[in-house]
Amino acid sequence: MSMSFTRKNSDLARQDGKRFGLDQAMTALCFLIMTTVVILPVVMIIYNTFWDGTQIDLEMFRRVIFREENLAAMKNTVIIAVVSTIFATIIGVFFAWLLGRSDIPMKGLMRWLFSIPFMIPPFLAAMAWDMMFSGRGGYVNRFLMDIFNLKNAPFNINTIWGIIVIEVVYYFPFVYMQVVSALERMDPTLEESARIAGARQWHVIRTITLPLTIPAISSGTLLVLITSLSNYGIPRMVGSSKNIFTLPTKIVDLVNRAGGDFQGIREATALSVVLVIVVSIALFVQRKLLKAGRYDIIKGKSMRPTLIKLRAAKYPLLVFSLVFLMLVVLAPLVIIVLVSLLRAYGLPFAMENFTFANYTKILVGNKSVTDSIKNSLFLGFSSGFICLFLGVMLSYVIYKVKPRGSGLLETLAVLPYSLPGTVMAIGCILAWSGAVFGITLYNSIWIILVAYIARYLSYTLKSCSASLQQVHISLEDASRACGATHMESLSDVTLPLIKPAMISSFFLVFLPAMRELTTSVLLYGPNSRTLGVAIQNLRDNGYMTQAAALSVVAIVIIMVCNGVVKYITRDRKGV
Amino acid sequence: MAKIRFDHVTVRYGNHTVVKDFSLDVQEGEILGIVGPSGCGKTSLVRSLGGFINPDEGDIYINDNLVYSKKKRVNRPPETRRLGIVFQDYAVWPHLSVYDNVAYPLKKRKVPKADIDKLTRQALEQVRMTGYEKHMPAQLSGGQQQRVAIARALTSSNDVIIMDEPITNLDAKLREGMLDEIRILQQKLHTTIIYITHDQEAALQLCDRVVIMEPTGDICQIGTDEEIIERPANRFVFSFIGVSNFIPVIEDQGCYYVYEKRADRCFAQQKPEGFISDRPCVMGIRPMDIIFDDESPIKGEITQAVFLGTLFNYFIRIGDAELRVQRSMLDSLDGREYKEGETVGLRFLNEKYYDAEEGEVRK
Repeated sequence: MSMSFTRKNSDLARQDGKRFGLDQAMTALCFLIMTTVVILPVVMIIYNTFWDGTQIDLEMFRRVIFREENLAAMKNTVIIAVVSTIFATIIGVFFAWLLGRSDIPMKGLMRWLFSIPFMIPPFLAAMAWDMMFSGRGGYVNRFLMDIFNLKNAPFNINTIWGIIVIEVVYYFPFVYMQVVSALERMDPTLEESARIAGARQWHVIRTITLPLTIPAISSGTLLVLITSLSNYGIPRMVGSSKNIFTLPTKIVDLVNRAGGDFQGIREATALSVVLVIVVSIALFVQRKLLKAGRYDIIKGKSMRPTLIKLRAAKYPLLVFSLVFLMLVVLAPLVIIVLVSLLRAYGLPFAMENFTFANYTKILVGNKSVTDSIKNSLFLGFSSGFICLFLGVMLSYVIYKVKPRGSGLLETLAVLPYSLPGTVMAIGCILAWSGAVFGITLYNSIWIILVAYIARYLSYTLKSCSASLQQVHISLEDASRACGATHMESLSDVTLPLIKPAMISSFFLVFLPAMRELTTSVLLYGPNSRTLGVAIQNLRDNGYMTQAAALSVVAIVIIMVCNGVVKYITRDRKGV
Repeated sequence: MAKIRFDHVTVRYGNHTVVKDFSLDVQEGEILGIVGPSGCGKTSLVRSLGGFINPDEGDIYINDNLVYSKKKRVNRPPETRRLGIVFQDYAVWPHLSVYDNVAYPLKKRKVPKADIDKLTRQALEQVRMTGYEKHMPAQLSGGQQQRVAIARALTSSNDVIIMDEPITNLDAKLREGMLDEIRILQQKLHTTIIYITHDQEAALQLCDRVVIMEPTGDICQIGTDEEIIERPANRFVFSFIGVSNFIPVIEDQGCYYVYEKRADRCFAQQKPEGFISDRPCVMGIRPMDIIFDDESPIKGEITQAVFLGTLFNYFIRIGDAELRVQRSMLDSLDGREYKEGETVGLRFLNEKYYDAEEGEVRK
């Protein structure tokens, strides 16, 4: 009788005579935190966009969005996002099918290659592509010019199409991940019955397999679309130098140019509102599409889907896939490592030009760089722990205590997930520069921490609540009946059962926080540079080789941590 | 006085009342079954008793102690009620070993260390799980997890155990064995057991007394298994506890007809016991209580005959209605074989009479 579980625990405590039990305390705390961390920045953005300090001001908003350069940024944002999403989806689905359902060899290697882009932040990937294909002297361009005696560089990455290409190759693994798991878990009888009914292989793929995976495909597509719309790193690294702006880069540009001037920041907030609207439209459309076609094709128990024989196409496809993956996944890594070892940027890759000097320069004696590593580690650990704690508490309140307004809490917690990092940062600047109770966090590391918590809270919430929902209410009831108090039943039963999810959710925050650039680039102060900011500064100031060296350091830290997560959570799948 | 007393307990979810003015005394040392179809509020009763939900009205006593009263604003938290509860999904904690699961209540109740070990092993022995102490629940079968849950209930309380659909998730053979074991365990320990189920057969087999609840949350009968089988309180109980036929009956000038007023539908010349004269009425009859009798004027055609191992199951068509008749193997030994398509005479025994439902009796 499912009805019995709709009764709220809060009623119980009320009749206990305890008006303010553990559940109530946690509920109140959740609302308080969500209000300060999420609502406040969002409200501040809207407030500052339409209120000039004395009256409602729609004129500024109109002026800013119709300014020619801003219109161009909007156009670029949409073109880049839509085109790269389409291509990323096509390539992602193709590889998902190839690895999930065909008998292509070397799947293990390819799966490993697919996991790499998840560890490299987009701005580093963009930096690497710029090193290879920059029109002014990208290494690959120069190599091709030498070989074929060309006068001009054959490729120029510093265009809108360059940005699109980088986003496509950076984002298609995200689509792949979503789709491949759906394909692998699809009930094979669905396809087998189509074959029995007389359909040919290709016909089955087209009429059964693909339509059935549409929910997975569209959720992957949405992920890419939203991330691409709010992406800062890639257009910043390859576009800004050629005055190609997107909304996020334009917003950052406006804030930087304002130099603390309030009107400048207000213009940035106006663009933030536009960006939020664009992302919301994307979210809305996707939700409509998803509702239209939801199937229950995935069974709980694991099944081995039938693999399709590629026959003659097997080895050509294998070679193509390997070359493609190596090129788009490994080449950027290789070029960054090579550049990090050069005596000076632009020198050819030859033994006599290699040195470790860049590493010693950044790791020894460059205080701002070593500080940035410390800052990022501090931010990663502290935001990881805080988000973990809040995520457990929030999911407990939302799914077990179920107070009035738990739906609102959930919406608030996942809202920042679809809010671009740039926008979140602007909101934090407005909220924490003395506007509320005179609290000023601006220019300190704390404002970055608050922004990270707001951005990444939904990660831990999702992971913890999925796990918490598996903990049936009777497990907790059983311990109460056995003589455990509410607090004891939490610590004896509930928390141990969701421990694996808690560990992995810590890293779900720690890893992206370590490689963050979008938010911190707006929030850093002289003493609170993060790794991402330090890399960008080195590069902007012309220290290409040192920027590359620091990137390698960042990638190594991330990969090691990633390995630690894999090790910790290795046997715990499905708990 | 009773071990457990529900005193005018009502539970509502919003406007929906699941338990309505429920009063019940559970006697010391008895196995009391609470039976009813899904959704009749059985689980709400358990959860009220355990302290996991709060009734909207009424009092609950455990061992003469008032543990819940809406009026007097008493609500003892679950951990102080000293009950052993066996949950429907076992609720064996997957992260603790069998031993730790069973020892948990003792630890929480601050039993001395030396006794914990003794009592835990004792409880495991009683459910025949000795040797599995170090196993994790995931390594156990459903039946074994069930035993662990019972052992944990035993260490949690030595006088009252509540079992909420404890054997529903086991397969038929295990279910049978588990019922016997619960019975034997109870006889050994004299624990009071409240056994909640939707399975009337299991309840009648196991329990000293059975409470039958209607889908509306009302109690419709409390009695021993015999009382309930012999004298079902109403039509709901009659149909709930076994396969049943309901046949519209008509009284006309001292003659009693099934289905319609026709000479070959008359089954009695004098008023049958329990017949309701003043309202439309139906005859409730078990398949076993309809017997083949060639002398009877009431004839029907056998449309289907199925051998079920210990009995034959027949579907008989009379006019446009269909009856279910069962004949035990013993009766079949008379050598007379009934085949599909054959016409047979029918006689009714042990029939009961209930008010007809809307549109059931054609005038």
